Amino acid sequence: MSELLGHFNYWIVIVLMMTGFYIVIARPNLIKKIIGLFIFQTSVFILFISMAKIEGGTAPIIEEGISVYSNPLPHVLILTAIVVSLATTALGLALVVRIREAYGTMNEDDIHVQDEEG
Amino acid sequence: MGHLVDIVLLGLLMITGFAIARMRSLLALAMLTSIYSLLSASLFVVLDAVDVALTEAAIGAGISTVLMMAAVALTNDEEKTPWHAPLLPSIVVFATGAALVYGTLDMPHYGDPSAPVHQHVAPTYLQDTPGVIGVPNVVTSVLASYRGYDTLGEVTVIFTAGVGVLALLGYRLRRCNIQVPGIRKLVVLRVIAKLFFPLILLFALYVLFHGDYGPGGGFQAGVIFATGFILYALAFGLGNAQRLIPRAFLRIMMATGVLIYAAVGIESMLLGGKFLEYRVLADDPVTGQHLGIMLIEVGVGITVASVVLLIYYGFVSRHCQAPEDM
Repeated sequence: MSELLGHFNYWIVIVLMMTGFYIVIARPNLIKKIIGLFIFQTSVFILFISMAKIEGGTAPIIEEGISVYSNPLPHVLILTAIVVSLATTALGLALVVRIREAYGTMNEDDIHVQDEEG
Repeated sequence: MGHLVDIVLLGLLMITGFAIARMRSLLALAMLTSIYSLLSASLFVVLDAVDVALTEAAIGAGISTVLMMAAVALTNDEEKTPWHAPLLPSIVVFATGAALVYGTLDMPHYGDPSAPVHQHVAPTYLQDTPGVIGVPNVVTSVLASYRGYDTLGEVTVIFTAGVGVLALLGYRLRRCNIQVPGIRKLVVLRVIAKLFFPLILLFALYVLFHGDYGPGGGFQAGVIFATGFILYALAFGLGNAQRLIPRAFLRIMMATGVLIYAAVGIESMLLGGKFLEYRVLADDPVTGQHLGIMLIEVGVGITVASVVLLIYYGFVSRHCQAPEDM
């Protein structure tokens, strides 16, 4: 039981990560791929934040009378990673919009066909 | 109790993830992604990461969704069925997943205080922050002071993304006053938008300047500030929003924020310290740290707010732009 609870967060993270991964490799729609990437990214965030948690600890804001805090370092790393995820999502969506304007489609398979017909 | 909430939230996240994988309507997908983000933000609160939760709620559930919907509105496609069978991707995904699960078996248990990750620098940060930096929020002190170099890099990444989106979606655009059709009749929305606009900006400033003491800081404040203007643009049209805060001004501000950050670093070098060593900025080291952190957070906020608004303008004004103009 403790083995199950001790790793539960990590396993769900892996399920989410693989869901995102599957969307990225199996779905031809480019916006859907970016959403898959977004799910993948968020699952990594959850992995890091789960590792930072200390049983019985509290948020790392120093206050008198509290001695156990969760680890602040992964929080900092993920905070900035979330901001970078905004940057990648925005840039990816902008690329999709331009691709759609150039090819008239967002479907990867149709784009390949158009490229081969050249 | 904490465990129970944790398990329920993770279960909901999994359901949302599967729904996203199955859903075909792109608009519904954008909404589901927002729910997914909001759920993970709630999970971060349970896991004690309040700063991260605020960031995820503002960026993941807020701005990313707005951008996705803007992109979907420009493309309005339903997802088509893929030509190839999903057998190979399924095998790859299951194999990778199994390898990762095998990898987690060696990991320390969730919440274990003796895990290696808690033994390295984190105890030093927690111990020294009150005396050396003098701000109660350790996340802010690590982000802005101990790891100030990283954060400068991060702001530069945001700046670069802003430049990239401008390059892709058009730097020079015709003035256009695009508005949601029929929105003039929605009096309630317009009144609420007018009432909330100053409150959102005020809240952004609170998040910015209170970041030393509670969850918050430049990144979150910048995004919330931009959301205020996005609400204004939605309710009163893009043209009015651009009259309020023009593109040219945002383009200057986007670079100004990064420069403020770098200038604080150079200033501390001129005063005899190292790059981004805030303690030399004032006579008292703790006051210097306070001043440095405040200045760089303002820089971060300015850049993030300008970039987010410029990206939003870029996507929306694409609607009244004929492709051959490019």
